[in-house]
Amino acid sequence: MVPLDHVIGLSAVLFTVGVFGVLVRRNLVVMLMSIELMLNAVNLAFVGFNRLWPGTEGAPAFDGQVFVLMVITVAAAEVAVGLGILLAMFRNRDSVDVEEVSLLKW
Amino acid sequence: MATILFYAFAFLAVVGALGMVLNFRNTVASAMSLVVTMVALAGIYVLMGAHLIAAFQIMVYGGAIVVLFLFVVMLLNIGTDELSPGRQRLVKLGSALIVLFLLVRFLRVLSGFPEAPPAPEGFGGYREVGIALYTDYVLLVEMASLVLLAAIVGALILAKRKVD
Repeated sequence: MVPLDHVIGLSAVLFTVGVFGVLVRRNLVVMLMSIELMLNAVNLAFVGFNRLWPGTEGAPAFDGQVFVLMVITVAAAEVAVGLGILLAMFRNRDSVDVEEVSLLKW
Repeated sequence: MATILFYAFAFLAVVGALGMVLNFRNTVASAMSLVVTMVALAGIYVLMGAHLIAAFQIMVYGGAIVVLFLFVVMLLNIGTDELSPGRQRLVKLGSALIVLFLLVRFLRVLSGFPEAPPAPEGFGGYREVGIALYTDYVLLVEMASLVLLAAIVGALILAKRKVD
């Protein structure tokens, strides 16, 4: 079996790539994809830790995996709403560049 | 064998993630790189014994979410990101430094996790996790359905041309 250190390390690397994407890219579609990447990194950490503490014999614990399912649900909801906002923004501004939307920025 | 497969999948996942973030020209290619990452992560879940999560990963991420992204990209006919020099370059340098700092911080906490014990009987199987979902976590499942309903209504209203 793979050492847990490496699973969590992969999760950390994917998370930082996601943070980098949100910070550097100005295209809202790619920013949403980077957020998905960060959520996936968190899911990987959840499954890894659930694998480390799988409960006792006869009373298994699947809390980590149940939480992953919830994160997937929330990610799907977030993408649906985010892409709705993107459509509205493109209709009003003809662009998906987040720098164009600065009405609330002082 | 499992170890080699894990490193192969991990490599694919990181390459896919970098390909998504660093592709400035084509948003569709970014979405395709995201598919590579998702499928590689599903492979890692299978290696760790979480079969239900792997199936959901493929179905929801590789299927539904990426297809949604592709639909929107094709609907909008998005051009390329233009890179204005000057301030943009400064932002990039700052972000790279922040990310490097984060990565070092993350990797420094990572030593000395104990070795995972061999997976117990039925770890992560459809039956076991399904039973847990519909007994101990049934309230959570109901809440997930409410979240999805709210998201459907919200997305419809946001994407509507004119709210009446």
